[in-house]
Formats: sequence, C-alpha cells, structure tokens
Amino acid sequence: MSETSSHNPNQMTGAAMIVRALADHGIKHIFGYPGGAVLPIYDEIFQQDKVEHILVRHEQGAGHAAEGYARSTGKPGVVLVTSGPGATNMVTPLTDALMDSIPLVCITGQVPTHLIGNDAFQECDTVGITRPCTKHNWLVRNVNDLAKVLHEAFYVATTGRPGPVVVDVPKDVQFATGTYHPPRKSDVHVSYAPRVKGDAAQIRKAVALLAGAKRPVIYTGGGVINSGVEASKLLRELVEATGFPITSTLMGLGAYPASGANWLGMLGMHGTYEANMAMHDCDVMLCVGARFDDRITGRTDAFSPNSKKIHIDIDPSSINKNIRVDVPIIGDCGNVLGDILQVFKAEAKKPDIKTWWQQIAAWKARNSLAYKKNNDVILPQFAIQRLFEATRGHDTYITTEVGQHQMWAAQFFGFEKPHRWMTSGGLGTMGYGLPAALGVQVAHRDSLVVDIAGDASVQMTMQEMATAVQYELPIKIFILNNQYMGMVRQWQQLLHGNRLSHSYTEAMPDFVKLAEAYGGVGLQVFKPGDLDGALQEMIKVRKPVLFDCRVAALENCFPMIPSGKAHNEMLLPAEANDEATAAAFAGGKALV
Amino acid sequence: MNQPASAYFLEDRHDPNETHTLSVLVANEPGVLARVIGLFSGRGYNIESLTVSETESQKHVSRITIVTTGTPMVIQQIKHQLDRMIPVYRVVDMTLTGRAIERELAMVKVRGGGDNRVETLRLADAFRARVIDATTESFVFEITGNSSKISQFIDLMRPLGLVEVSRTGVAAIGRGPEGM
Repeated sequence: MSETSSHNPNQMTGAAMIVRALADHGIKHIFGYPGGAVLPIYDEIFQQDKVEHILVRHEQGAGHAAEGYARSTGKPGVVLVTSGPGATNMVTPLTDALMDSIPLVCITGQVPTHLIGNDAFQECDTVGITRPCTKHNWLVRNVNDLAKVLHEAFYVATTGRPGPVVVDVPKDVQFATGTYHPPRKSDVHVSYAPRVKGDAAQIRKAVALLAGAKRPVIYTGGGVINSGVEASKLLRELVEATGFPITSTLMGLGAYPASGANWLGMLGMHGTYEANMAMHDCDVMLCVGARFDDRITGRTDAFSPNSKKIHIDIDPSSINKNIRVDVPIIGDCGNVLGDILQVFKAEAKKPDIKTWWQQIAAWKARNSLAYKKNNDVILPQFAIQRLFEATRGHDTYITTEVGQHQMWAAQFFGFEKPHRWMTSGGLGTMGYGLPAALGVQVAHRDSLVVDIAGDASVQMTMQEMATAVQYELPIKIFILNNQYMGMVRQWQQLLHGNRLSHSYTEAMPDFVKLAEAYGGVGLQVFKPGDLDGALQEMIKVRKPVLFDCRVAALENCFPMIPSGKAHNEMLLPAEANDEATAAAFAGGKALV
Repeated sequence: MNQPASAYFLEDRHDPNETHTLSVLVANEPGVLARVIGLFSGRGYNIESLTVSETESQKHVSRITIVTTGTPMVIQQIKHQLDRMIPVYRVVDMTLTGRAIERELAMVKVRGGGDNRVETLRLADAFRARVIDATTESFVFEITGNSSKISQFIDLMRPLGLVEVSRTGVAAIGRGPEGM
C-alpha cells in the first residue's frame, strides 16, 4: 500500500466500510447475532458509538425486530448475521418482509472467497437461498465494490415497493482494505427506476369514475402506510372531500382512523359484514396500495361483479394479478392520492350517495362483530376491547402473532394513526409479534408497546424475552391463552369433521414463572372482573411483561367468508350455529 | 360451487393458453440468469425455450429470449414480474409487436447408408440444411429457421437414422429500423 493511500480517510477495511455506510444512511440501531464470518464487523461495532447493536437470541428474532423497527418508523431495519445458519435463520423474516413490503437491509457474513463452493464450515449459498425471498441480493467479492453495493442496497430496500435485501460479504472482503465513498446516485443500477408519479390521463379517468359513483367504496392497504404519513393524511382528505365509505386490509389499518365517520372496519375473510357487502355491491372501487390478496377477495369470479375498479399501486406486477381492473394507476400512493385530490377538488363535487349510506347502515345494523357477553370466563374479543380501553391516552404501538388473536386484534382494537400496527399479514408468521415488539420499543423507548399474542405463536420466539430484559425494553406480551392453536382448530372444526389433530397444547409453560425466569414480570388473569386491574398493572410496570390472559378455550373467530364463497355469503356470528356452519362448508364436508 | 376442504379458495380457470416470445435485456452480472429462471420456477410459469448471450459486451448487457405459454393474465404477470427485477432493463413481448422474426439453429446427426443416405441429403437440400460434418456412415446438418421448420426436419430425419439433436432455442428480433 502506498504512503498516500494510507492517509486517505476513505481508505478502510471492508468491515469498517459497513459500519461507516450504516452511519451514512442514518442508521442508529441494528439487530444481530455474531459468528465466525462477521467477527471483523463486530470488532468495528465495538470501537464506535454511532450505531447501537441489539443482541438477539436467535437470528429470526433479529429479522422480525428489524421489521417492527422499520414498520413503526418508516425507516429501513438493519440486520447483521453470520454465514451458514445465521443466514438460513433469516429466511423466514426476509420472506415475511418481502410479502409485507418492509424495507430490510440484511448483512450476512460469508466464508472467505477462496472457500466459497467448498462446503466450508458454516458455508451456505446465501444469495442462492435468499434470491426468491429478497427484492434483490448481492455477493460482494471485491472490497472496492462494497461501498457501491451497500448504498444501492439501502436505495433498493427503501424505494419503489419497499422490501428486504441481502448483502453477503465474505470474511476476506471484510478484512481487505479498499476505497469507500459516500452514497451517490451512480451507485444504483440504471435499470432500476420505480415510477412514483401517476399518469395524468389515468388520474382524470379515475376522478371521472369517482365523481359519477352512486355506490363507491375506498379499499386501502399496506401501501398507504409504506408511502408515509403524508399519504394517510391525503387519504383522509380524499375521504372527507368525497364522503365515500372506506375499508382497509389487515396491513392498512390506521391509515384512516377507526373512529372516523366513514370507516367500515376491515374487509376480507374475517372482515366486517358491512365492509364486505360494500365491496360486493359497489359500482366504483378505489383500491389504494392493496393487492387483491386471496384473503380479501374470496371467490374471485364473484368478486365485486358490477364495479369499475381503480387500482393505485407502485408495483406494476400487482395490477391485474388476481382481479382485472379498469383504471390502473402505477405510482406512489401518496403522490397519486395528492393528484386525485387536486383534480377532484377542482373539477368534481361530492356525489350524492345518501341511499348507499342507508344501505351500509342497514348492513352495519347486523352487528357482525357481536359476541355473547360472559361474566365467568374472559372472551378473547372482550379482552382486546378492555386492552384497547386501557391503552387509550397512551402512546401505543401494537404487534401481533398470527392466528385468531390477530384477527380479533384487527377487529376490536381501533387504530387511529398509521405505523401503529405491526402484524405479519402476507406470510402469516407465528412468532413475529414478540421480536417485532422489541424492534418497535427500540425505536420508541417511551411508548407503550404491546404484542397481542396467542399461546402457541408466542412460544416460537419466546427466547427474545432475554433480549427485552437485557436492553430494558418494557414490551408487554398480552397472551390470549386458550391452550389451542385457535385458528388451526377453527379450521379443523369447520372443515375436518372436528378432528382436532395436534392443535391442542397439552403441556403449557407457566408463563408467570417463565417471565420471572427471564427477569421480567408475569401476570395471570382468569376472571373478567380482574382484567382491568391487571391491565393497569401491566401498563404501569417498566419491565417486560408476560400477561397470561386465560380466555374461553373454544371461542371462534367470526364473521367469516367460508372457502369458495363470495363476499355476500359471509357467515355471521349470530348465525354460526352448527347447522349453518355445516351448510356453509357443505362442499368441503363431503370430501373431508 | 363446491370445493374440497381447504383454507384456500380453489377455482378452475378456463382462459385459453397463448404462446409468447419475450425479449429481456438484462445487466450481465452474476446470478442474473438464476433470477430469471427462479422467477419462472418459483411462480409456476412455463419455459418452452430460453436463449441467453451477452449482446453488448461493453455495456455488459445480455439478451434473454424466452418462449413461454400461459393465459393472457399470466403472460402479463410474467412481463411485469420480469420488469421489476433490479438488473432487468426492458421486457418486450415480441409476439404482441407482431413484427418479430424468430429463428432457431439446430445441429442434427443422422446415421445410415445406401438409399437412406441419398434421401437424407435430398431432404436436407430441400430444407437448406448444410452438412457440417460427414463420415462414411453419418452426417451432421446445420439448419436454421423458425422452430416449426426445424421440428419438421427432425421428424423427417427420424426414420432415416436420426441419432441426436442439439437446438439453440429461439432468438428473436423486431423488423424495421427501430431497436427494442
């Protein structure tokens, strides 16, 4: 190495470049787990204080924590893991982030370049394994490419439709010295240029449809959240300006406030009756940042048969994937909503949709989320409602695991703001909620972060309680404990002749003792009358809490669109007696 | 519509399949072909033929020609899914442009003697196949053309002593002065 280059401040090792790039991208926290192939990077982390590293107990926990961090802040989540098992343990969170469009930058160590392909210790084909579960990935073989790749990685993860990326860095590249440069535009593939601004002619067509609508509905999704707080603001203005009813997918909750006058509740398989009926009977549908997922549409050939559909999405591959739409608009939700709002205000006036609202009121009167009150056992729906009441007035963030509790949380917890609701929607990852809560709490130290959990899901990533204790992250794990994998059991009851094959957990840990073993606080409640007091205690304590809320074991999640049925064939809780349920699933029963 | 017990909605789709030829310009970098092929296998799309080579070495651009079949909705998905890959510059549906020329090259080995040998040469001449290797008991022909012409030639060679075939897959380019 020449005399001059050793004094060049941009000359540094690959490991130093990684930490420097994190700082240059404004990253304050990373989640990770050390191992042989990333030790040079950990050595650099040790010698600086710009980036705080959160040590998890399993790489999957790091991934979900980074997802929670990203989802609650709008910034990318960063993960650092070692080669081999470190990388393979990240496959679930990467896939989860890809499905839910969460920006993640995952840096993996790799065996030295000369050993790649040699079946070396802790070697795996990381870029091969993660290719289908990332937006893009890179193997960096030359230290002088590292800065460019790292900057491009952040750009790709956070722009367009956000998603996870992996940068695989062999250990010799971490040790090697090369030239670093700060982020610059030329770091990015010229072939990557996501479209942000919507086509003006399409926007005019959309406004004309909206202005002439008699039975309109706005259907929003996670794209509105991803687009940023401004998009939610514009959405609310558009609802105000048009007077249209609005529903949302699981991923989009909070973009429009649950207390808003035009809110229909969530739609889809476990959505409200009014939301699904409005989708089915509407004449104009405005879909914003949602993707007509199979949990939303029900039977696609009977999906909203008489409507003109407008679809705003930043990803052209979301257009016409499941449902053919009439006016596709490729662009960023916030940007396009702004344009639509402007044209609508200038050229259209609020359509008269009084009769439509009367129809919606009639559907609403069916009270599709009703459940029978019980003074002896806690019903899970009741538990969520009490939790919601107890957390009002607090700066609250909610994460969930996956299953019945997740659907009840979506139905009964009212979200007023975007970025407050972290759930695994697309992949449906049990074990997401606890580590996601960790990530949220790292980003929002003084806020109240609650993981609404199920007893089965939460045991999949329970080890992260140790992380919460280590970093004094007072996450609250509110477990709706029915001792079943509730959603699995529900499907077995409905579709598989009530044969509850392996959905009952015969050996349940004592969650109170478990919390204490980790150094947290355990609470347990059996009776509805004790719930409020315990919730107050949970909120008050500044430590991680496992709250074992024993709920009615056999409660099921309704309303529900049975498989193979359309939006207007929902099974409502009041009607979900044995005969009606059997009839609704009749097609299945014969073939069970 | 009754369906077997499933947490998923099962539907029959009856749209007819179409065959399309797609030209894809990509950055020639490690793993790019694996990405494209992985997309097809991962999402259950068909590949009838795939041809890849670097076409602009200075710009590190490769051209991938893919012949695929699917319903119109699936074909549209394939194009969008390809187009959103980071190293993909452009995707052009050569079938939709209606102005594309498609060619394939094949090398065909035929073994035999006597009258068959004469007949083989006569047919090769009719198909404008060139002899690029010959022994006293065999020929290797080089033939270029669209895929159906090549398939037809191969079929004719079968009773005359066809040994083996190597085909390049389809390459396509648009007519007229414009590039893709």
